[in-house]
Amino acid sequence: MIEAKNLNKYFGDRHVLIDVSHHFEKGQTNLVIGQSGSGKTVFMKALVGLIEVDTGEILYDERDFTRMNFEQRKTIRQEIGMLFQGSALFDSMNVEQNVMFPLNMFTNKTFEEKLERVNFVLKRVNLEDVNKLMTPELSGGMRKRVAIARAIAMNPKYLFCDEPNSGLDPQTSGVIDILIKEITQEYQITTIVNTHDMNSVLSIGDNVAFIFKGKLWWTGSKDEILQTDNRELNDFVFGTELTSRLKK
Amino acid sequence: MNLFYAIGKYVMLMRRVFTRPQKRKIFRQQLFTEFQSLGIDSLGIVVFISIFMGAVVAIQTAYNIDSPLIPLSMVGFTVRQSVILEFSPTVISLILAGKVGSRIASEIGTMRVTEQIDAFEIMGVNSANYLIFPKMVAALLINPILIIISMWMGILGGWLAMVLTGLVTTHDYVSGLRVDFEGYTIFYALAKTVVFAYIISTVSGFFGYETEGGALEVGQASTKAVVYSSILIILFNLVLTQILLT
Ligand SMILES: Nc1ncnc2c1ncn2[C@@H]1O[C@H](COP(=O)(O)OP(=O)(O)OP(=O)(O)O)[C@@H](O)[C@H]1O
Ligand SMILES: [Mg+2]
Repeated sequence: MIEAKNLNKYFGDRHVLIDVSHHFEKGQTNLVIGQSGSGKTVFMKALVGLIEVDTGEILYDERDFTRMNFEQRKTIRQEIGMLFQGSALFDSMNVEQNVMFPLNMFTNKTFEEKLERVNFVLKRVNLEDVNKLMTPELSGGMRKRVAIARAIAMNPKYLFCDEPNSGLDPQTSGVIDILIKEITQEYQITTIVNTHDMNSVLSIGDNVAFIFKGKLWWTGSKDEILQTDNRELNDFVFGTELTSRLKK
Repeated sequence: MNLFYAIGKYVMLMRRVFTRPQKRKIFRQQLFTEFQSLGIDSLGIVVFISIFMGAVVAIQTAYNIDSPLIPLSMVGFTVRQSVILEFSPTVISLILAGKVGSRIASEIGTMRVTEQIDAFEIMGVNSANYLIFPKMVAALLINPILIIISMWMGILGGWLAMVLTGLVTTHDYVSGLRVDFEGYTIFYALAKTVVFAYIISTVSGFFGYETEGGALEVGQASTKAVVYSSILIILFNLVLTQILLT
């Protein structure tokens, strides 16, 4: 479980995270939704320490992450997998080297053992025979899957996904969503997914947090989200032609 | 104010660069890759420019000797002095600042804007050390070798020009090369080279690492890397010449 307590973040005099408190459950896909610019990425990067918060506490299973230095954080970092908004594959390496990278850095396994692990996670994300391809040779959906494979290579306890299906067609994004949900349940990971895609919300949103202008505005499940009378949330959920027609 | 802020950031970055690499084996592999891309890949241009510059210095000197009191061996002497003292260490370092500096800044800058650096950090890898340290070590080791090659090529270029034009004989040229030779000048040249190599690799690494934004900013970072490394090379050249030759 990850807990955020009263997080505040300013960029200059812009208050981007306003007193955000929330907890993320183990074995569940915890969704963070909100409009573009509402602060989802800043929130996620704050949780993993890529952005330092100005005030507040972040606890990883009771361990206070905010007060740790780089060396102490390293232990927790090795339990974290993260899927970035743009995949962030290392473009000087091929698929196999990308996925193997954390294993090379932090384990003393033999090459064969590492290769076995790499092939296992690649297979888990339904990729086979792509080991030697370079990043530019992959489609957007394949990149996301390689990035997921790399994120889970070290058996993480915590998985962060920033817009895992941005830029993908509805069908492929559905596949990615299901994949994330399955992996989360299979390995009992605490997973956090940023999204503004209502399809994802309705398919994997067990535990949803809605961020509005930097504030945590609403929390609930995917079923509750359709019943709510919270105005800002309604505007967000039924903001598109398709969803507003569905409501009627 | 802005300048002090940048220097502060540079110092803070260097504190993260100068740490022990996570895995020695991976560091060694990176080092060999950098030898290739910083060293071997620059060899062609270094050889080309050095031969021609040596030739030009020789021809200029030869044509300007019109008094019979000045021996023709003056040509060899002039080529040697200018190549070893200034041309190879300073001018070639400036060329490398352009070639290598822009490559380092754009490579690291691209990794920054595509979140690859964040990906390293999230794994617990010290990205500053992982990305900049091997480049710096490689430059410190390989640039002196490039500069020594450049010295030989400059002297060779001068000789070729004299032989081909028939202005000075091989005998005169070579005896000029030997006049008053001091080993200290080589030390002076290599000491400068090492400082310049440090400037090129870390200043370019800094501008790449601190890139914010997108492709446009990567281009700007790469330009800044070349401009600031060149300015610093020129400034330090003056300072080091004062310190080492007085
Ligand atoms: N490094 C930064 N410096 C200054 N402001 C920033 C920085 N990063 C983010 N912001 C600001 O913080 C706010 C929240 O941005 P954030 O990237 O978290 O949005 P988001 O919800 O992830 O949007 P999207 O769905 O488009 O990815 C925005 O107004 C943005 O301009
Ligand atoms: Mg975002």
